[in-house]
Amino acid sequence: MNKIASLLAALALSVGVQFNALAVDATAPDALVKSVTDDVITIVRQDKAIQSGDTRKAVELVETRVLPYFDFAHMTRLAVGKDWKQASAEQKTVLTQEFKTLLVRTYSNALTQYRNQQIDFKPLKAKPEDTDVVVRTEVRQPGAKPVQIDYNLEKLADGWKVYDVLVAGVSLVTNYRDSFGQEVRTGGIDGLIKSLKDKNKQLDATVSAKK
Amino acid sequence: MKNSNMPATRSLAVRLAPLGLALALTACAGAGGHPRDPLEPLNRATFAFNETADKYVMRPVAQVYDYAPLPLKVGVGNFFGNIGDVWIGVNNLLQGKFVDGLSDGGRVLVNSTVGMFGLFDIATELGLEKHDEDLGQTLGSWGVGEGPYIVLPFLGPSTLRDSVGLIGDLEADPVWQFKEVAVRNSLSGLRFTHRRASLLGADTTAEQAALDKYGYMRSFYLQYRLNQVYDGQPPRVKDPDDE
Repeated sequence: MNKIASLLAALALSVGVQFNALAVDATAPDALVKSVTDDVITIVRQDKAIQSGDTRKAVELVETRVLPYFDFAHMTRLAVGKDWKQASAEQKTVLTQEFKTLLVRTYSNALTQYRNQQIDFKPLKAKPEDTDVVVRTEVRQPGAKPVQIDYNLEKLADGWKVYDVLVAGVSLVTNYRDSFGQEVRTGGIDGLIKSLKDKNKQLDATVSAKK
Repeated sequence: MKNSNMPATRSLAVRLAPLGLALALTACAGAGGHPRDPLEPLNRATFAFNETADKYVMRPVAQVYDYAPLPLKVGVGNFFGNIGDVWIGVNNLLQGKFVDGLSDGGRVLVNSTVGMFGLFDIATELGLEKHDEDLGQTLGSWGVGEGPYIVLPFLGPSTLRDSVGLIGDLEADPVWQFKEVAVRNSLSGLRFTHRRASLLGADTTAEQAALDKYGYMRSFYLQYRLNQVYDGQPPRVKDPDDE
């Protein structure tokens, strides 16, 4: 009797484990955002170097923990807008690379300003068959109105990927569209690439100067 | 009697003057620029002025203020937040959001009493959420368009609609009702500094992120206000350029 009971228990356990493994494979978009956010915050909380403004370490953290879940080609396409069509395949690759560098540099730095804010996750409003969803979160801090942060995710073959982040309703991606359009009008796609490269070099210089 | 009315009338006229100028200039702006920014050359000049003023005065002052202990800063934020909740409630009522408006009234009652003149935000802990409304948003919710983008001296990004709203906001602002100029100016100065200090950090991020800070801030402001008018749920349009 006992044997059967323990056998059943083992069976239930193994089914449970298998089921879990399946669930992880097809992580829901809100669960994905939550696990990445929790992950990053736990690290920042313990890392004195990042808290005291070590940009290089913050960039490293973002590159290993956050970047795999972002679709930069899509982000760049959105930021460039209608001029994207006139870019060659090679220009598209360079644009994506430079834009990625700029975003990672800038917003990794924002991580160094994290001071124990609390992040609330809103329930996901999406149907199971949706392939494009918004995950809503709110950052709470004492003495201030909560800041709304929304993540736009798209379901791709290798899982959900973030393609836009909106802070207080402002898209970090489309916010670039006006300036990018301006650059393309004056110097073409290559002009835009050059401006992005210059900007990244300049940021690099300030980071090294700080060290 | 006549004399005591003078300053208010005059200050209103002074505040309206730039708007008149802006409107006049809108009419003669040329084509080719940003569709929502016909005053771009003037706005860029004001923006440059604001940046300089910020760099040498506002930001340094905010940095000193930022050394104050956190509980003190939270108290200051709560105090001005409580004062602001009255007008926020009025605007919620004007927008037909009666539950929100009543909740704002409840916030003021709770925070002005139990919260020690608004220094503590007890209402939020009781579940009465803080809202963010102003006359510009109310006008927006009534369907008033934004009009041209305007950079106001010292105050920064705005639109014609929001500038008109701002005049109403100031007329209704409890801080501006103080008869003693010294008290009024100290309070508005403190409030301004507190707000500026809360943006420390975000300002460096914007500086680093932007290829052209003027354009970045313009785009930021317009998106931010649209989001506010729709209370955080602006219509989600599928991007025509995203294929």
